[in-house]
Amino acid sequence: MNTAERNIGDVLIVGGGISGIQAALDLANSGFRVFLVDKSPALGGKMSQLDKTFPTNDCSMCIESPKFIECSRNPNIEIITYTEVDRVEGEAGDFKVTLTKKPRYISEEKCTGCNICVDYCPVKIPDPFNQNLSENKAVHIYFSQAVPLVTYVDPETCLYLKEGKCQICVGACKTNAIDLHQKPETFQIEVGAILLSPGYSTFDPKLRTDFGYGKMQNVVTSLDFERILCATGPYEGEVLRPSDKKHPHKIAWIQCVGSRQVTPGGNNYCSAVCCAYSQKQVILAKDHSPTLEATIFHNDVRAYGKDFERFHQRAEKLPDVRFIRSYVTVGREIESSKNVTIRYSTVDQGVKEEEFDMVVLSVGLNPPKDVEALASKFGIELTDQKFCKNNPYNPIETSRKGIFVSGAFQGPLDIPESVLTASGADALVGQLLSHRRHKLERERVYPDEKDVSKEELKIGVVVCYCGANIGRVVNIPEVIEYAATLPNVSWAGENLFACSTENAKQISDAIVAKGLNRVVLAACTPRTHEPLFRDTCREAGLNQYFFEFANIREHCSWVHSREKENATEKAKEIVRMAVARAAHLEPLQEFQLPVDHTALVVGGGVAGMTAALNMAEQGFEIYLVEKDNDLGGLARRLHYTLEGTEIQPFLEDLVKKVYRHPSIHVWTDSTILDVSGYVGNFTTQVESQGRVREVKHGVSLLATGAAEYKPTEYLYGENENVLTQLELEGEIVAESERVKAAQSVVMIQCVGCRQTDRNYCSRVCCSQAIKNALKLKKINPEIEVQVIFRDMRTYGLKEVYYREAANQNVKFIRYEADKKPVVEAQGAGFKVTVPDPVLGQVMELEADLVVLAAAVIPSEASQEAGKLFKVSNNPDGFFQEAHVKLRPVDFSADGVFLCGTAHYPKHLTETISQAYGAAGRAVGILSRETVTASGSVCDVNENNCVSCGACITACKYGAISFVDTPKGKKAHVEPILCKGDGLCNAKCPTQAIYLKHYTDDAIFAQIDAALH
Amino acid sequence: MCTGRVDLAFILRAFKQGADGVFIGGCWPGECHYVTEGNYDVLKNVHIAKKMLQRIGINPDRLRLEWISASEGMRYAEVMNEFGKRLKELGALGKGEGIDERSLKLRMEAAYNLVPFVKLVERERIRERFKTEEEYDAYFASAELESLFDNLVTDNLAVSQMTLLLKEKPLSTAEIASALNLSAADVNRHIKTSSRKGLVKYDEGLNAYALA
Repeated sequence: MNTAERNIGDVLIVGGGISGIQAALDLANSGFRVFLVDKSPALGGKMSQLDKTFPTNDCSMCIESPKFIECSRNPNIEIITYTEVDRVEGEAGDFKVTLTKKPRYISEEKCTGCNICVDYCPVKIPDPFNQNLSENKAVHIYFSQAVPLVTYVDPETCLYLKEGKCQICVGACKTNAIDLHQKPETFQIEVGAILLSPGYSTFDPKLRTDFGYGKMQNVVTSLDFERILCATGPYEGEVLRPSDKKHPHKIAWIQCVGSRQVTPGGNNYCSAVCCAYSQKQVILAKDHSPTLEATIFHNDVRAYGKDFERFHQRAEKLPDVRFIRSYVTVGREIESSKNVTIRYSTVDQGVKEEEFDMVVLSVGLNPPKDVEALASKFGIELTDQKFCKNNPYNPIETSRKGIFVSGAFQGPLDIPESVLTASGADALVGQLLSHRRHKLERERVYPDEKDVSKEELKIGVVVCYCGANIGRVVNIPEVIEYAATLPNVSWAGENLFACSTENAKQISDAIVAKGLNRVVLAACTPRTHEPLFRDTCREAGLNQYFFEFANIREHCSWVHSREKENATEKAKEIVRMAVARAAHLEPLQEFQLPVDHTALVVGGGVAGMTAALNMAEQGFEIYLVEKDNDLGGLARRLHYTLEGTEIQPFLEDLVKKVYRHPSIHVWTDSTILDVSGYVGNFTTQVESQGRVREVKHGVSLLATGAAEYKPTEYLYGENENVLTQLELEGEIVAESERVKAAQSVVMIQCVGCRQTDRNYCSRVCCSQAIKNALKLKKINPEIEVQVIFRDMRTYGLKEVYYREAANQNVKFIRYEADKKPVVEAQGAGFKVTVPDPVLGQVMELEADLVVLAAAVIPSEASQEAGKLFKVSNNPDGFFQEAHVKLRPVDFSADGVFLCGTAHYPKHLTETISQAYGAAGRAVGILSRETVTASGSVCDVNENNCVSCGACITACKYGAISFVDTPKGKKAHVEPILCKGDGLCNAKCPTQAIYLKHYTDDAIFAQIDAALH
Repeated sequence: MCTGRVDLAFILRAFKQGADGVFIGGCWPGECHYVTEGNYDVLKNVHIAKKMLQRIGINPDRLRLEWISASEGMRYAEVMNEFGKRLKELGALGKGEGIDERSLKLRMEAAYNLVPFVKLVERERIRERFKTEEEYDAYFASAELESLFDNLVTDNLAVSQMTLLLKEKPLSTAEIASALNLSAADVNRHIKTSSRKGLVKYDEGLNAYALA
């Protein structure tokens, strides 16, 4: 391809963090050519610096790095790192973007990532990836799993670039990759759309001298602490404090550093992620050192996300963990010990000063650095807080057509939201550029698969250190030595990080050079990494089913971290089993199944309609099934948002567009009776207005919504002046007499949730209360509004409205879960009593109206849909996504997606974002002609088949039937119907039917190897 | 692959190879990732395997099935620790039960060899499908099932062991009875049925029974 062609693409993505990466993968998978640009030397963004991710405590790098390699191997993604955007010209559909690649002083083509220059470089500098807590060299690779895996030279510290001296690295480099005379390179690309995903920067506590950061050595930020926790961090995963590199026994976390402040230098918003990440850090630090005393000084605990409430409880229940609700000041550093004192006050004990070994500042999220320059280059508007100004009805749209925004540049967001807005950007780009889909797309080409059927077994075993994750516990050289003695093993070697580009390439090189025909990787887990290494085998011309994982991290080093010798023995056993199994692996071919380009959307609320309309605009046929007699869902009862946007006109418009769209078939009053089939080819029976109809569709999107809990507490249903927030909203809009006449209103939060039977936070109610309180104040500025709350969870940018309400004299009174308020009728109104934990006395409030923040509960339709579509609901009854962080709108069942409040309670804008996200993911399948099905399906050895039919009755997919053969009636498997569950195998008395890849022989070999 | 793929042969093979315990973890009933609800199949197999273990004198507690979802790491750790503790109490396979090594081997071999037959029994006579775990438990605890199992499987387990013994050398009724810890009457009954099927014959010269 010539240069001119190479510079033409469909989409430019600015920012290669998790959001940009996800968008690149989704866009490339739905037929677009993508430029993924990042200003740093490698992909990964902030997520790559995190140790683990809440609330599942998955290893952050481990789940992110396979995506780096996926990007680098995708022929439709061009990764351009260390590059900044200069100029943007043109308009939606036709942008010309000028980029400047900063000099790395390294030729990316020639560098092999061998690190020899790093060894020779005489200049030590603080390592930026490790938050300057450890040292690196002036030439170095950004981090071990970096993509691209090439070094870069820091021009500020390189002796040659500074003073014209040295050049040792130039001589050391075997491939002549170092070019200290490299100049910035400016070039232009042409794209149809732009996505901004530049992420965030963390609040710099040095700006506020009172936190002691930068002056006291043992005061660190939460991002510093992430690195300290991390196995690849400055102390190799040992929790040490910077001053003396000793284990701290007493750590304090200070919440809201830089957030929720109106003082100069602070941010007036809530950073939305710090409560959960601090709880995570406490759990992890306690895991490292069980006797650690952890103290968290916090304001409201904002556990508003899915499973956050349980996560908070988990942290709170750990021994020696204290959550103290108090503002604090950092006192002094004690000269001799370098300990730090903190002054705080509690209700019981008054003001106290306490000494800690180490203090972690939970710093907030700021807009990206140089955000104003960024905004002016792209011609987009910013909010007061310098985040991207977006369309309130579509948070992924910026103020300029053709330029979209995903991730934390929208405002403080956590990882799943950064991921789903990225998928949503794919949906919106797809809508804008659907006419050019597949035009620039290129196919991935693999080398021809070599036939190894005549070869003797040559098993290669690679044992991975996983940085220190495995290496710190398991004696890797011993395991390698042992592996080499196992039958059929012809080579055994090691990897520092098998998942890094370099090491993955080492594996594929070893396959070729050593003629390996089976590969066993002893490393992390197949759950996240199997696809990557199967692909590595394909790159080397080996059938991907010749790959076998030995899980020595999650099944071994992580769970036996305190028994190193036993762990090493167990690792050997696991490897021995994997090798035994590998000897029985057969090459398998996957199937290409045709895709029906039709989507079924279940639920006609805002989520379902938004997704349906987007997919229809992208050119696909949609069936939208709604159980009620009209579209609209729960949004029919919503009238305005906290931010002040009107909902009903938007809803009317959306409903109209959906009804009128020629590619959307709306079926109201409909119930789904049955679903069969699989990704690409579902068949669904729908009873619609008395008729049963059948739909064939390639994907299913479930947007079955949620409902409002009907309270049984606080006289609701007994006294008509007790309302829910939704009812109040209706009355405010209807200008009801009692609302206009009310002199005092008491609002009670957390009604029906955050309790044993509904152990979650309904997320929206605090904002709803504030929104309605402000409306009431607008109707009657003299009205007394008192909100009785547990924690005010006006997370993110909603915080400013909480402050606004307080400024308008809305009163906030906190209550404890075990001391609930009591509502009694008194005259025409109510008397509400509540013990105030701050004042330590029982408050008596008078109210004309009592308004309850009733929980958001899962809809019945979600339960039914769960059963019909064979997808899971979580213990609370909401849909369970495939992966909390990285697959937030997918179900684990392929081809089924979710969005809206059926996933978890959420605000309207969040629902819209998620609907676009789900549409984006669904179109990833709809836009393809085929989907690939696993080669691991059943087959029959006809000689052994006794025609008993046991397999046929066992198979729920109808994949097995009798066929006439010369040897009589024999069972036969239709491979595209087989889902590989293997039930039939366990029923067959003669071992005639067998599940490929999981044959009896392979499993017997594993069992035998385990016990010898 | 589903827990329903766990073949009776996997379980018995592990014990035959000397495992002190076998643990099977499956998805919670009603949360099947396929459409097959194969976790009920493994539940049934585990009930059957426990009955077989019990009939060859092995403590059925050595086999455990638990429902643990992918998100229940903590529960998994608790269950495994608890199971590990229980196995330590039970001691090594056979030793804990007071069975000598040779006899243990014989019993395990016999049980393992019976798997294809038990699969047929399951298909023909224990076909019932229930909707809840409790119903399965009740069914497998019923006297009716016990006697069905004794009729179909228990005798065959004995015959299977006897055949394995006779493979080594011809033996007298008394020798068989003592090796298998059975009454002479039971051994006679098994010899009678096996002779009728042409599996065993009387060797007059040796004054013992041998394989036909």
